[in-house]
This record gives sequence, C-alpha cells and structure tokens, in this order.
Amino acid sequence: MNLNRTRAIAKKEFKHLFRDIRMLLILLLFPVFLLGIFGYAVNFDVHHIKIVVYDEENSEISREFISSLTKSTYFDLVGYITNDFQIKEILDKKKAQCVVVIPKDFSRKFYSGQEAKIQFLIDGVDGNSANIIQFYSTAATQSLNAKLTTEVLSKAGIKSFIPIDFRPIFWFNPDLKSTRFFIPGLIAMILIITAAVSVSLSLVREKERGTIEQINVSSIRSSELLIGKTLPYVLLALVNAAMILIAGYILFDVAIKGSYPLLFLSTLIFLIASTSIGILVSVISDSQQVAFSVATMITMLPSFILSGFVFPIESMPPIIQVITNITPAKFFINVLRAIILRGVGVFAIWDQLLYLILYASVLLGAAIIIYNKKETKS
Amino acid sequence: MNNIIEITSLRKSYGGIKAVNNISFSVNAGEMFGLVGPDGAGKTTTIRILCGLVNQESGTVKILDKDLTRSRKEIQKNIGYLSQKFSLYGDLSVDENIEFFAEIHNVKDYSKRRDELLDFSRLKPFRNRTAEKLSGGMKQKLALVCSLIHEPKILFLDEPTTGVDPVSRRDFWKILSRLLKDGITIFMSTPYLDEAERCNRVALMNSGEIIALDTPQKVKGLMNQQIIEIVCSPVRIAYQTIKRNTALEVQMFGDRINVIVENYRTELPSIKKLLTENKVNIADERIIPPSLENVFIHLIKDAE
Amino acid sequence: MNSIEVKNLTKKFGSFTSVDNISFNVKQAEIFGFLGANGAGKSTTIRMLCGILEPTSGDATVGGYSVAKNPERVKQNIGYMSQRFSLYNDLAVGENLDFFGGVYGLSNEKLKERKKWVLKIANLEGKENLLTGSLPGGIKQRLALGAAVIHQPGIVFLDEPTSGVDPISRRNFWELINELSSKGTTIFVTTHYLEEAEFCNNIILIDAGKLIAEGNPKQLKSEYLKNSIYEIESDKVIEALELFEKQDFVVETSIFGNNIHISVEEKFNNLILINKICEENGITIKRINKIVPTLEDVFIHLLGSEKKS
Repeated sequence: MNLNRTRAIAKKEFKHLFRDIRMLLILLLFPVFLLGIFGYAVNFDVHHIKIVVYDEENSEISREFISSLTKSTYFDLVGYITNDFQIKEILDKKKAQCVVVIPKDFSRKFYSGQEAKIQFLIDGVDGNSANIIQFYSTAATQSLNAKLTTEVLSKAGIKSFIPIDFRPIFWFNPDLKSTRFFIPGLIAMILIITAAVSVSLSLVREKERGTIEQINVSSIRSSELLIGKTLPYVLLALVNAAMILIAGYILFDVAIKGSYPLLFLSTLIFLIASTSIGILVSVISDSQQVAFSVATMITMLPSFILSGFVFPIESMPPIIQVITNITPAKFFINVLRAIILRGVGVFAIWDQLLYLILYASVLLGAAIIIYNKKETKS
Repeated sequence: MNNIIEITSLRKSYGGIKAVNNISFSVNAGEMFGLVGPDGAGKTTTIRILCGLVNQESGTVKILDKDLTRSRKEIQKNIGYLSQKFSLYGDLSVDENIEFFAEIHNVKDYSKRRDELLDFSRLKPFRNRTAEKLSGGMKQKLALVCSLIHEPKILFLDEPTTGVDPVSRRDFWKILSRLLKDGITIFMSTPYLDEAERCNRVALMNSGEIIALDTPQKVKGLMNQQIIEIVCSPVRIAYQTIKRNTALEVQMFGDRINVIVENYRTELPSIKKLLTENKVNIADERIIPPSLENVFIHLIKDAE
Repeated sequence: MNSIEVKNLTKKFGSFTSVDNISFNVKQAEIFGFLGANGAGKSTTIRMLCGILEPTSGDATVGGYSVAKNPERVKQNIGYMSQRFSLYNDLAVGENLDFFGGVYGLSNEKLKERKKWVLKIANLEGKENLLTGSLPGGIKQRLALGAAVIHQPGIVFLDEPTSGVDPISRRNFWELINELSSKGTTIFVTTHYLEEAEFCNNIILIDAGKLIAEGNPKQLKSEYLKNSIYEIESDKVIEALELFEKQDFVVETSIFGNNIHISVEEKFNNLILINKICEENGITIKRINKIVPTLEDVFIHLLGSEKKS
C-alpha cells in the first residue's frame, strides 16, 4: 500500500471539508447540541411532581408529614381539597399527579396502636413517573413511620431498635443522576452516526459527480482510497468525542475516572468499525439521499434501542439480546461506561475490546473486498 | 511491436442491448485514432472498457503488450482519461486539482511538469482560481492537463469537444497536435466528423459494430460518387426539390446542399435547371471531395 | 409582431456583470439563433427570459408579459428544453409525457391528443412503455422537444438541443424545428453547431455579456466579415495553421476537417505568397480556393482574437 497516494486522498478530503463551512459546523456543533438536549431536557429523574392534599385530620402530625413530602424537590404542593368528589376531578384534569389522603382518625388510630393508613392516589398513566412517585412516597412514609415509632417507644421508655437499616448507596452514581448514565451511550450513538454518514456521503458524492472515474482510472488501489477517505472523518469524530466529554464535564460534572490512553484507543477502534459501515453503505447507494437515509437508519436505530444506551439489555428477551450484538455501539458503550464512570483498567473490559477489534477488522475487510468487486461491475 | 492497443472480439451488453457487438481492431503507437458514431453506438462503452472502468463480457484487450483484465492497475499507470462529463473538483483550484492527480498517480517532483502544462494550455494566469469558476473551454483544458500530469503513453478522450465553442475547440486541437508530436497515442471518440478528418485513422461505429475503419482518405474512398456543393437559398426548398424530383441522394448543410452524383458533368446542368425552376437562388457551386460526414450519412443510410 | 422584446437587459452577480445591457427583438414564428462561447452569458439570458432569474436592470417582454414584473405569466406561455436535463431517465416514455402534461395543466383529452402527436414526431408510436433512459440520443432529443411543447406554447427556448447528437439525427431534429416554426411557434435556440445556425432566420452573437453582432446569416457574413476567406487543404494541417497564424496578412485562422480557413484583407489575393510560405516551411498545398464564408468563419473571426484565454 502506497502511503503517498493515501495521503493525497486524505489531504483532498480535508480541503473539501474545510471549504464546506456549513457541513463542517454541523458536524462539529451538532453533537454538542444533542448532548445539551439529552442532558437538560431528557431526564428520567422526576422532580416537581404535583400533589394535592386532602387532609381530613389537620393535626400536628399530618401537617408534619405533608411538610416532609414537600420539603424535597420531588413533590410540589399545588393545592388542598376538602372532599372526596374533588379527587376525581384533580386526577382527570391532571391538576396533580398524586392525591394524598390523610383520614380523620389517623393520629388516634396511630397512637392507640392500630394500623393507620395514608392513601396515595397516583395517576398511573405515566407508568414511569407513577413508579417513582410510589417509591418516593413509600420512602417518605417509612421515614415518618420510623420517626413516630421511635417517639412512641421512647415515651414508653423503650429504646428503639431498627433491625435492618436499608439504605442503598449507589456506587459510581450516588445521586443516580441519569445524565451520567447517558453520556457514554450518547457518545457512542453520535460517533457511529456521524462517522458512518459522513464517510458514505463523501464516497457517494464522488460517484454522483463522476469524479470517481478519474480515481478509478489511476493506479490507486481501493484500500488506499478507502483509508484515505475515512481518515479525516475519523479525526473529526475524535474531535467530536473530545468535545462531548468536555461539554459533559462542564455542564453535567461527568469526569473521566479511567485512563485516557485506553479511552482514546477504544474510541479509535470503534471509529474504524463505524466508518466501515459507511463504506458498505456507499457501495450500495447511488445518490447522496439514499446514502444518508440508509446510513442514518442502520446506525441510529440499533445504537439507540439495542445498544444498552437507554434500555437495559438484561431486561430484553433472550433472542433480542443475541441480536444486540449486531451493533458495535453495544460493546463500545460497555467499554465507555467502564472507563468513564467506573475507572477500571484493561482487565475488566478486555473481552469487550476484543469484540470491538474483531468487529472492526471484519467490517473493514468486507468493505474493501466488496468495494473492489463493485468497482468494475458496471 | 507497433500495436499499442489490440482489441479482439470484444463484447458488452447491458440488459438485452448489445452495446459493443464483437469488435476487433488495433491502434498503432503514436497515432491519433478517431471513433465516430451516433449516440448509443457504443463509443463511450468501448472507451470505458479500454480504460479499465468497466469489464467486458467477452473478448480480449491488450494494451502496451499486457492483458487488460490481468494487469489493469499496471496499464492504468500509463494511460490518461478524459471523460465526457466534467469530473474534476469544483471547489479545488486549478493548481490543487493538478496536485491531487499527480499525487494519486505517485508522480514525484511534479511542479516542473505542472508549470510546463499550465504554460502550454495557457491556464497559468488562472492557477489559483477554483475549477467551478472556469469557463467550459478552460475546464476541458484543465481536465486534459490533469490526465497528462503522469506522462501517460496513451490518452483516451471521450467526446472532448462536445459543447465547446468553435474557438476553444480550435485551441484544444492545437494542444492535441503538440501531444502527438511528443509521441503520445491518442484514442478519441467524437461526434464532430470534421474533427475525425484529422485523425490518422478513423472507425465509424453504429449500433455496437464497426462499419468502416481506415484512414479518412480511404474511408471517403468508400464512396465513389462525386459531390456537388451548391450554396443556395431557400435551402429547404432546394433540398426538397432535389429529393422529390430526382433519385439522387441529397444532404442539407445549413446554407448549402450536397448532391451526390455519379458524373458531375452530366448531372450538374439538369440540377441547376431544376432548382431555378423552383425559385431557388444559386449563389455558388463547386465539386467537393466527399467529407467524412457525407460518407457517414451515406453508409448509415445504406445500412438502413 | 414581436414575440420577445429585450430592452437593456442586465444581470450582475456581485461585481461580475454576466449580461451587459443587451437589447434585441424576436419576431413571431421566427427561428432565432443565440450564439456565443460558454460563459458568455447565454444561459443567464435564457434564464431571465424564462422568468426564472430576476434581471438586475432592464426588462424583456416574452409573449406579452414582462419578465421582471410578471414572471409567472411568462412561464405559462413558454416551453423550455435544456441540454442538461429534459426527461426522467427512470420513467417510461409515456410516463414522462403524462408528467409534463400534468405539470402544464393539460386536461385529460388534450393530453391524450398531444401525447399522440409527440410519440409520432419522435417515432415512438406504440413504444410508450420503453424506458426513457434506454433510448438513443437522437430519439431522446426529439422526445424532449415534444415534451417541451406538449402544451403548445407560443415560444420555446432550446438550450443546445443537439449537443452530442449524430449528424443524421441533428438534421431530423431541425426539420422538426422548422415544422414548429411554420405552424407559428417562435423558436429561440442556442447551439455550437454553427452550420445549424444557418437554419435560423435571425441570429445574435454575444461575448462577455455584450451583444456583438446581429442579423440574418447572410447579413452576418457580409457585414461583419469584410475579409475574404480562403480554404487551404494541405498535408500538415496543424503546422499550416500555426504557420499562417504568424503571418501579418492573415487576420484569423480556423480549422475545418483537414482544411484551414484563413481570413485575409478583402483585397488580398496573393496566392503566390501563400504557396511560397508553405513551401519554405515544408508544407505541401493540395488545394486552395476562395470560399463563401460560413457562419463558423464569422464566429471565429469575431471571437477568435479576443479568446486568448
């Protein structure tokens, strides 16, 4: 393989890239833009849940309970109701997602040793939020429970004893900030889409314009052409990756715990796999529209749904779990999460890295072979 | 070995259409070879096969004594190709385009050659202009320069002057003749039969087959009739008068008609009389040797 | 009656003047030729006349409507056939015609009638289902012309319609144009085949955005070319060309097949000198005679000396 020729192709590609300002800006800024959207707007944390309270009792304890709920940012008290009929209206009209009902005889029952009930009426339409509301309200209630029990017991002279204090500590992501969880997946998705799309477009553009013919008539080999063409986009993607990480750190406090060189190497391998997808797409596409559509479709959907970016693979049916192996994003996300969030070394991820390397070599090899065959077909 | 290109029983079909139907011929080193024919005759397909852009269905091609199918990349080091469509990079400058092609052909120290080519094509004052801003004639010259930067032994030109104005065409031909003097073999397809006259040998192609191949002189000799050229007006009336009232073959060219006769001495007076009777004004008349265009039209009409 | 009236039409792109203050008229049913080198401003002018590009200054009335003020009405009464694009290669012949008919708003019966006519002139009767991309060039051009006039416009613009088409098909195509013109359609055509320009009733020649010659073919040859043209057949064509270019008495040279045309001062007739020069330089002259100039001679004469780039 002749490096001079490869370099000539790469040099020209850079020139094209820098002379098309609009494309360049899109390629550089779009990823950061996406990050912002995901980070700020898309959030599985649920805050400011609107609640309405029906306090039949209006005692010191009930008021204390309510204030413990509203003290946190999780619940926002938007109103009080005074009768049963209003409950339906509130939930139907979505004035609140949850109605807390404290019955008349709450304290009396509690202090007399009977079971006292607090009712939480939750709008179940948004299952996700509903689950979380249930979780928080249970936690709040447990808290109150514990506190009141201690009071009662101490009044009776018995020291309280809580056998098991269940308090989960979430390793690596203490406040369960979903943003931290997103960043690796986001990086993977953005990289695979931009790498595949930009490479496929650049190859098909030459086909469309006819300039590919001059190249085909020269003595350049397919491998030199393909590698030369993909190099600038790999570099661009690396810059993108760096920008996302920096933005993630500045905006969302996501810091890289692990080794930078390892991160760089893994990203490089992943990019080789991604650009190979772009090459394959270009072989079957005759126009830029087709190339764009196909490349976007086969990278975006799998990397969003099947890679473990948003939906955990472990909770998918077994056959789907096998299918998830078709996207290199899956392995890359595991590697990224390991390096960024957990800070582990090669030993913990060597198998994922191996998969990635295998994937990249097979794809690149196939791309070159198929491109070669197709070159002189028609 | 004088045959720099040897084609044997070449065939290529697209769908059910035989684009190239069993053609065989050779091209001598250092000659200007013209391939002429109507649209769809198979000229572009033939050139693309010779350049290694498309695989033939059957038949062999030997270029520079090597088999094309086996030694494609090696042969491609020594050939240049000018396609019908402008296929250079619009957003790169003249200099940058040449630089790119020099580099992918692995030409070391190309600056001197680049300067020479820019001088001789008169593109030097425009070397920093982006290719898309060049006029049609200049674009062709740039494309030609890019196909020459690696000093190829054979140049394949696919309709290089189509859509180019007559003045630029004239300039382009001057460049081509310089190249011939330097020993390059030129294989070109053209729809301009007057350009084909300047080739050393010419092949007339129609529907995938070669219907005549020889020097322009000898091809013209295939027509042993004589041609009377009559500049007259209105041309259409003149054309139709001859067509309707005689069995003679008549061809219309702008402001004149060409009438094909066996013996001009006996036929001319009656033709002139016929025209004057039909109110056609004759400005000039002379005997001309058949041009390639005359022969071409004649041969195709014969084949129909 | 003028089909097209152009007054001081100008188009500037930034500081670059593409069309510079041109004025001319085209009579109804005339075949009007528009000649010039590539980049001279022809396409820009046509685009303005078709109402798809706004003039910087000046105006033109096409079919009675102003291109600057009423481009939409202009478009309704014209047809346009461009060399770059005319038909969809992946549609069948009939489908292309259906499309263009629909775009021009033809009623179903009208479309049927016109389709028949187009298929007839393109020699494609009964071949509606052929894929357009599979047609040979000459037939495609005729089909494209048919599609461009399927709505029977009063004026049709043809931009290099016979480019790359073989001589026989070109002649057939011009027969078609003549037929249209005899039925009253005004034809506005650009071409590089100057022998075709001889078929035009009137011609203008444009260079660097400016109008430099106008008239019918006869006028162009007599008014703009005062020189005599000699045709020289020799054994070394290009050498002869370069040799004559250097001579003082030669105004312009051009090449036609294996012949050179030299234009000289009207009074010049020193054939002996010509023979001597050729002999001295090893060139054998086979034939030399004075000829009636062709339009190509005029074209090269008017544009040749400026075209040093």
